[in-house]
Amino acid sequence: MDKQFFGGVAGGDSTAQPGVANRNNKPRTLATSGSKQDSLETLDSPTGSHVEWCKQLIAATISSQISSVPPDTASGDCKAPRDGSKQVQMDEVPLVPGETIKAVAKDVMYICPFTGLVTGTLTSTNYKLYFISLERDTPFIMDVNLGAISRLETISVQSHGENTRGMEIVCKDMRSPRFAYKEDASQPEIVEVLAKHTFPLSNDLPLFAFLYKEDFPVDGWKVYDPIAEYKRQGLPNESWTISKMNSSYEVCDTYPALVVIPSSIKDDDLKRVVSFRARHRIPVLSWIHPESQATIVRSSQPLVGPSDRRCKEDERYLQTIMDANAQSHKLTIFDARQSSVADNNKAKDGGYESESFYPNVELNFLEIPNIHVMRESLRKLKEVVYPTIDEAHWHSAVDQTHWLEYIRLLLAGAVRIADRLESGKTSVMVHCSDGWDRTAQLTSLAMLMLDSHYRTLRGFQVLLEKEWISFGHKFAARVGHGDDNHANSERSPLFIQFIDCVWQINRQFPAAFEFNELFLITILDHLYSCLFGTFLYNSEQERVAKEVQTKTVSLWSYINSQPEDFTNPFYVDYEHHVLYPLASIRHLELWTGYYVRWNPRMRPQMPVHQNLKELLFLRAELQRKVEELEREASSSRGSLSSSSEHTSSPSHSGGTPLHTIV
Amino acid sequence: MLSSLGSAGGKSTKPSFVSYVTPEEIKSEKEHSRKEKHPDLLPGEVVFCSASTVLKYTQDDLSQRGVFGALLCTNFRVSFVSDEAPAEEMGQLFKNKLYGENDIPLSCVDNIYGGYEDKKKLLTGGLMKNKYPSKIIIHCKDLRVFQFSLTFSKEEDAKKIFQGIIHHCLEPKSLRCLFAFSYCENTSYPEMQRKKQTVMFDSVEDWTQDMKRTKGNCRLVSENRSFELSPKLPQFFIVPANVSDEDLTKYQGKGLPMWCWSHHSGCALFKTASLPLLPEDNVPQTHMEKMLTAVAHNHLYSVKTEDLSETLPTVQDIQLSYNKFKQFFLIDNTTEFWMSDMKWFSSLDNCGWLDIIRQCLQKAVEVVECLEKENTNVLIMEEGGSDLCCVVSSLVQLMLDPYYRTLLGFQSLVQKEWVVGGHAFLDRSNHLHLKDKVESQSPVFLLFLECVWQLQQQHGPAFQFSETYLTVLSDSVHVPVFTTFLFNNDSHRDSILKAESPHTQRGPLNCPTVWDWSVQFDCKAQDLFTNPLYAEKPKQDKSVRKSHRPKHLRQLSLPSSAFKTPPKKGFFKDEADSLKKILRVKRISRWMLSPSDSPQTSSSAREFYEAWQAKPLDYHGLLLPCLDGPSIRVWMQRYLRWIHDVQILGGGPVAVLSKVSEILGEVQELQRELDRHGCTLASNHKGARPRAKTAAEIASRSSVRLSSSFPFVTSRNWSFKPAIPTSLLQSLMVTGIAGNLADRADDGDDLQSMV
Repeated sequence: MDKQFFGGVAGGDSTAQPGVANRNNKPRTLATSGSKQDSLETLDSPTGSHVEWCKQLIAATISSQISSVPPDTASGDCKAPRDGSKQVQMDEVPLVPGETIKAVAKDVMYICPFTGLVTGTLTSTNYKLYFISLERDTPFIMDVNLGAISRLETISVQSHGENTRGMEIVCKDMRSPRFAYKEDASQPEIVEVLAKHTFPLSNDLPLFAFLYKEDFPVDGWKVYDPIAEYKRQGLPNESWTISKMNSSYEVCDTYPALVVIPSSIKDDDLKRVVSFRARHRIPVLSWIHPESQATIVRSSQPLVGPSDRRCKEDERYLQTIMDANAQSHKLTIFDARQSSVADNNKAKDGGYESESFYPNVELNFLEIPNIHVMRESLRKLKEVVYPTIDEAHWHSAVDQTHWLEYIRLLLAGAVRIADRLESGKTSVMVHCSDGWDRTAQLTSLAMLMLDSHYRTLRGFQVLLEKEWISFGHKFAARVGHGDDNHANSERSPLFIQFIDCVWQINRQFPAAFEFNELFLITILDHLYSCLFGTFLYNSEQERVAKEVQTKTVSLWSYINSQPEDFTNPFYVDYEHHVLYPLASIRHLELWTGYYVRWNPRMRPQMPVHQNLKELLFLRAELQRKVEELEREASSSRGSLSSSSEHTSSPSHSGGTPLHTIV
Repeated sequence: MLSSLGSAGGKSTKPSFVSYVTPEEIKSEKEHSRKEKHPDLLPGEVVFCSASTVLKYTQDDLSQRGVFGALLCTNFRVSFVSDEAPAEEMGQLFKNKLYGENDIPLSCVDNIYGGYEDKKKLLTGGLMKNKYPSKIIIHCKDLRVFQFSLTFSKEEDAKKIFQGIIHHCLEPKSLRCLFAFSYCENTSYPEMQRKKQTVMFDSVEDWTQDMKRTKGNCRLVSENRSFELSPKLPQFFIVPANVSDEDLTKYQGKGLPMWCWSHHSGCALFKTASLPLLPEDNVPQTHMEKMLTAVAHNHLYSVKTEDLSETLPTVQDIQLSYNKFKQFFLIDNTTEFWMSDMKWFSSLDNCGWLDIIRQCLQKAVEVVECLEKENTNVLIMEEGGSDLCCVVSSLVQLMLDPYYRTLLGFQSLVQKEWVVGGHAFLDRSNHLHLKDKVESQSPVFLLFLECVWQLQQQHGPAFQFSETYLTVLSDSVHVPVFTTFLFNNDSHRDSILKAESPHTQRGPLNCPTVWDWSVQFDCKAQDLFTNPLYAEKPKQDKSVRKSHRPKHLRQLSLPSSAFKTPPKKGFFKDEADSLKKILRVKRISRWMLSPSDSPQTSSSAREFYEAWQAKPLDYHGLLLPCLDGPSIRVWMQRYLRWIHDVQILGGGPVAVLSKVSEILGEVQELQRELDRHGCTLASNHKGARPRAKTAAEIASRSSVRLSSSFPFVTSRNWSFKPAIPTSLLQSLMVTGIAGNLADRADDGDDLQSMV
């Protein structure tokens, strides 16, 4: 399909004359000279046909009145053009500490898919792209964090003897804004400046997180302390110990320094287990049930290979895990992969535990497709939601992306794990191939269902820090921070998928989570933004080497400095209640608040729960009044302090309106 | 006894309400059933037949387990009385006083299937064979599904109950056989108090009042008091001031523009049953022109017409689509359910139900645009003038007039547009199972409630009534007790009620309307009808309101810049210049109505929506729905409430409700505290809400333990066992899709290289 479109452009030269705009190969261009290798680029263009893009561009050129006089601010250099005399205050670009303006282009047209053409100024800083137009009644602003950009594409069209440049900014966050502007040889290309700062790692520049100099009153790096978290779970205990064997990341370079393993395991045996597990990711404890002592254990696949290799130590190791839970003499292994894929892996020296070698072990495949399938699914989803929505076939279109089906699979898998622990009182081991993608998704979802602590604002941060960040989900590879190789097959939206699952559970249990939708969206935005160090790099080891904790700011510093923005006003502590979300498509919904948020029609006019917030405000106000009166009364009555004590206590229980517990 | 049942129904039956069982039989039946268990019979309720040791399958269980009990068929319902001790009444807060969870009002029965060994066969009336199926599956119009096994009952009993159910549920009957009549004869309902109640629109005052309220300037017609003008017209109605006496009598009221609502600018919405325009016959055309002129004279000599028969789905389309749609929720087999789960989204699109909802809302938005933005009069028409006209006119009023978003306002709206407005409830629901009315059966009123639900979902705080209220209202259509839903129009209602009255001299039979909610629910349960987050209108004195108006107008005008208004070529036609010419244009345009026209209309409506959306939202001003794909949703509460597998235990909207109620309770408590201290904080509208406390009571009982089906299903058999789809199905599905990508290793590098 796409190839045909591409051919169409090549043949349509008579109308559109895209010149070769490929100066130094840096900004990836959609050169239409017909070279075959470039056609690959169009193949995964998420915004549809190239022809349509050319047409848009020509239309933009014709309809616009771009002045042929070049703009007088020739400040393409690093100095911020802050000559206030010429610029209206509205025109100023808001900057975060450490952010500097790198290039400004005037008379740029933003081809807004929702409201039509807007002409304004495009600024590139080392953190974001900022477009502002003052031609409408209210200023029109659009900005994109450079970190959210997947690739930049340019196109040139000749019309009326002038070259018009088109620039498409393909983003990871489900949008692809397009700009058009006149080419001007006297100025450095904004695209080049943009590309340089969008992909700092490909240009020997630091990630912006290392330049960001904001001071927050709360230090987010203190949120996660593994010892404290394990202590909360009741660890160490007689069966489990917090081991420092990986303190220098020598045993396993993708595991955290501290891991919880069975206390009875001998060092020599452990070594054998280490070499029997893919990437040395041995089975370690993620979570322990406070009552039954059943555990969630995570690992990578065993290196069984086509010849059905055995490892006595590994077999005994699993037996020890089983024995640590007196309630059950079984261990359930959930292999997240599709069984066919697991078999393929076996042929390639990986594999899965054989039930005949591991006594009392029950193996289940959760049949979840791999990262490539997920990447493809999200790509299709972008086509469905951006820029416009097909009303009549909306549901079928969403159906065809299979995105929600995969969400359902993940939820169903996590529900099975949680149920096994809760009702089966049986320990569970989860792995996929390497144990850092689907495994992280499943264990963290199951923990979210089982443990209400993780449903609080702080608890959820701990969950992410623990199951995802410290256990080596390859954020850098999956997201591609600062890297220009957008076609890298290592990229995959697994973390987004996980957050989507959390949103789905949140939607089914609107009162069970202390955090709100904005919190989840903020996490996803800063997954890409490179503003905070939280999601940078692939493993704890790398993060330590790069001194992330001292040189960058944590996302949680920002969040926890203004927690009220991210709290759910409906929150009720469900305490020890296990949440079983319904893994039925009937109860799943596309997260429009995230995927379709660029479409202004889908934006709510009224902040959600505004009414409730007013109510909470009223309550706080009343409480204040009552307390005041009580104080007055007690002071006038003098010694009768006991009565005031008595009446102020109920208001105390609801003192902070957002955190009431029933 | 069965022999006497044979001749029921049919138009030819003598119009008298006589039970088909003789008094002796009733007596013996009663004695018979008293020996067994029987439900508490309602006044006027008579047991026709019964069978004991019937097994009712517990729907939520794949295994063939169930409960034994007696199955009865009365003149009101099919009822199952369990042999086991009645369930703990804990969750019975929302008990319906007329029928319980194991009762199916006869007119609520949708389809009955017979289970013969492995086959499931749809049963129709009239097939009275001696053979009876071992299993009866009843699909209800409120989407419950019952499965009864007759294998354990005495053969004689089983046959009797089977034939009785088939006869009373599926075969044609006369209107007089409906339970309402025997019920009303045996109960006395006090006349509803006029004050603070739903406006019934059955008097001159009601109509005058409504016209005054909207500052309308039209003519009230009371000449049809005894239906002299036309039996199709209501007793009282309002027409444009320029309609003459002579015009009223023409074409049995067809083509007569009936006033619905006046916009504050002076323009108004009218609806009419369209006149057939035959090319060779000029007379109806000239009449129509005259009527259009009359409408145009109402305000600024402007009028736009909209023929809904042409632009919206027909009632048959609606019925067809709904029939497909409802199948997704009538689940009698868990495996089937999970299978259908895979294709859920595609099936949704295929049945088209959501699209019909969207089209109706879209049409209403277009009409709103004409009234609000262009200030032109609008005349909507369709063949009968009482189906889609009712849907669109009531939606328009809901969007424009905050009064109709209150509980009483909404009920008055339904009364005005639907009940008095002449929606043929009886034919559309086909309570009587008449063969010649099968074609006219269509859930038009439900479609309207669906549209209201969409609006309510999008703008919750603008509505005083709750989702539960709408669900209950949609159920009540199938409870044959209320005069509201039993008739085709005003004159029909009037004549039947007069004829049926046992004491003609004392006036017509006094039946309750559905608005008398105490017939079905006690006060506490009725609390769930109100929305605790309703943003009540801040009290304003009249002077403020006046000055408010022009501002309101300006607020809604479109920004002149940036948006280029495309030439309007839509369905609406300007009829201001020469009406005759326009009429011709209109008819020609029927052929010109190419698909390319429709995007233009919608793009204008789109702009109208976007301009409105750009403004801050006023819950007491204009309300427009977002119609984009994801915004039109499935009414989960109504459709999923009985399906055990999709109940979210501890979740669903009730979790929020309980939290809100709790806070409301606290606020009240605090306010009382303040009052005690003799100090009143500037009493906000949020303040005194007497209902909040009871609602809090309901919800806080066990907020964590309630399910998403609240308040309809009680979580008696509460288990924390999650519903897990079978893995077999999962693998089936995944291999189909993933293709070769699935076979790729997760990371670029091969495992081999790593080891």
